Amino acid sequence: MTYSDWLRADRLPHIYCAGCGNGTVINCTLNAVDRMGWKKEETVFVSGIGCSSRAPGYIVTDSLHTTHGRALAFATGIKMANPDLHVVVFTGDGDLAAIGGNHFIHSCRRNIDLTVVCMNNQIYGMTGGQGSPTTPRGALSTTTPYGSQEPAFDLCELATAAGANFVSRWTSYHVKELTRSIHQGLGVPGFSFIEALVQCPTNYGRRNKFRQVMDQVEYFKTHGILVQKAHRLRDEGLPIPPDAILLGDMVMRDRPAMGVKR
Amino acid sequence: MQGNTACAEGALAAGCRFFGGYPITPSTEVAEHMAAKLPKIGGVFIQMEDEIAGIASVIGASWTGARAMTATSGPGFSLMMENIGFAVMTETPCVLVNIQRGGPSTGQPTMSAQADMLQCRFGSHGDYSIIALSPASVQEMFELTVHAFNLADRFRVPTFLMADEIIGHMRERIEIPDSVPREERKPLTKGTPPFRADEDMIPGFPQFGKGYGVHVTGLTHDERGYPCATSPSLHEDLVKRLVEKVESARHEIADYRVTNPDAEVVFITYGSPARTVAQVLHDNPDKRIGHLRFRVVWPFPEKALDEFPDAKVFLVPEQNLGQMAREIERHTCIPVVPLPRFGGALHTPAELEKAMEAWR
Repeated sequence: MTYSDWLRADRLPHIYCAGCGNGTVINCTLNAVDRMGWKKEETVFVSGIGCSSRAPGYIVTDSLHTTHGRALAFATGIKMANPDLHVVVFTGDGDLAAIGGNHFIHSCRRNIDLTVVCMNNQIYGMTGGQGSPTTPRGALSTTTPYGSQEPAFDLCELATAAGANFVSRWTSYHVKELTRSIHQGLGVPGFSFIEALVQCPTNYGRRNKFRQVMDQVEYFKTHGILVQKAHRLRDEGLPIPPDAILLGDMVMRDRPAMGVKR
Repeated sequence: MQGNTACAEGALAAGCRFFGGYPITPSTEVAEHMAAKLPKIGGVFIQMEDEIAGIASVIGASWTGARAMTATSGPGFSLMMENIGFAVMTETPCVLVNIQRGGPSTGQPTMSAQADMLQCRFGSHGDYSIIALSPASVQEMFELTVHAFNLADRFRVPTFLMADEIIGHMRERIEIPDSVPREERKPLTKGTPPFRADEDMIPGFPQFGKGYGVHVTGLTHDERGYPCATSPSLHEDLVKRLVEKVESARHEIADYRVTNPDAEVVFITYGSPARTVAQVLHDNPDKRIGHLRFRVVWPFPEKALDEFPDAKVFLVPEQNLGQMAREIERHTCIPVVPLPRFGGALHTPAELEKAMEAWR
């Protein structure tokens, strides 16, 4: 099997804009799932609302496309009621960190055996480009026309502090690394959180000096530094660039978990 | 046994194996009893971070085939409205218990009310129908909870046990039978589109993990379950079916008790006010005083009103400002008199007798 065997062919083409990074992340996720050797009938994809959350509709397994922000609460019910199912959640920055923030931290705290892939495009894409909790300070959106004044969330730090067993961040540029980390997360008992920064040329890039799709992907490439390197710089007393994107596996631990297959 | 405990015992007898909820007065004993019992029989109790998550977890569990429930009261019920709509749209069987207390807002946490009867029917956005039962004794807390699971599974619709604080916290002796009737979800025939309804307007249930590969969405969807949110006719057909599958069966779902059908003055009740009316009838053995008591409130069983052909007035004591009285009024030409009593105190028999005398 390959990742394409997991796609629901009669639902294609998808709704994503040209140049969108979400398809890359879905591809990476399905490749990772495929590598796990999981059976389709034992795998469930769950999502909330937003561009990222449309992903389960394109996958052949059982899937639940729920209400805005609530995917993790629905997924908790599925996984607790039937721990034999593999449950993967697709979400986005608005879905997970704004309206769903409470469910996010409590799912991490419970360390429930889910793998959560967050497509962070730093914007509300589906509703036309409003600011989100991860919109960088100063960035333009339709609701921050003078530049966002709010500090942004670091989703990986949030997941780490709240108790997730596995936490990792990559971008749509880092396809191999992202696939590897999702694969690792799928195998970890407990809560696995993988953040994937993605370009949104339609609603983020064009308002924020990324005129071409590849401009933002290039930005991910040039501004990403491995978390190990950042730690080394810090230990050596050297400065970490303020606009650096910390990448890599942040946490790998074995806190007590819930909903693990018996 | 306490009413709330009897509700939990009814759920366990019905085969409920998942409870997801959040503590709230005066419903908490339902959760506490489930927390004590479910782990011992291989079930799952999970206290979620809020009521939004509580009902969400219940819906998720239901898709794995489990009989699943939550219990709450006013403020929590308000939070659940969003996902109640999701359960309606996705045709997810689930049972919600509301031990009603005084509102609006935080209101009276420990006092009885029946003021969520219309919220239960209409509280989530969009057009839809649900099933709601109303117990008037601890025995009925048990029986109607069992019944709620059967109705939820048969009609694939959220089903509500709309109790009130008085019934929830009342203690009475009850009889628990060795076994209870059980109606299973109709499974989906393999190869059939998952949201193609049969003649009864209810599609078979494609349980997760059984290889159906079903996509379930709160968006307007076609019979394959695929989102198609811009077709006026598809949306109209779907919403009409969701309403009609319940409404067209309302005479079958109807469940009520009739006392003195030849009466001229007829009390109509559900929940704890029924007990005061029973006292009035006991103290006034007069065939001209009737009592119609609903055990099913929604879908509204309007044919029950025909059981009293000589009625010249319907008196409706409720612990609210007249929520069901308004619905009764829609279905009859004779006067309907709301008898509101709220704030936590129940009507006294003397109050109801006084109201009755004006029509005799």
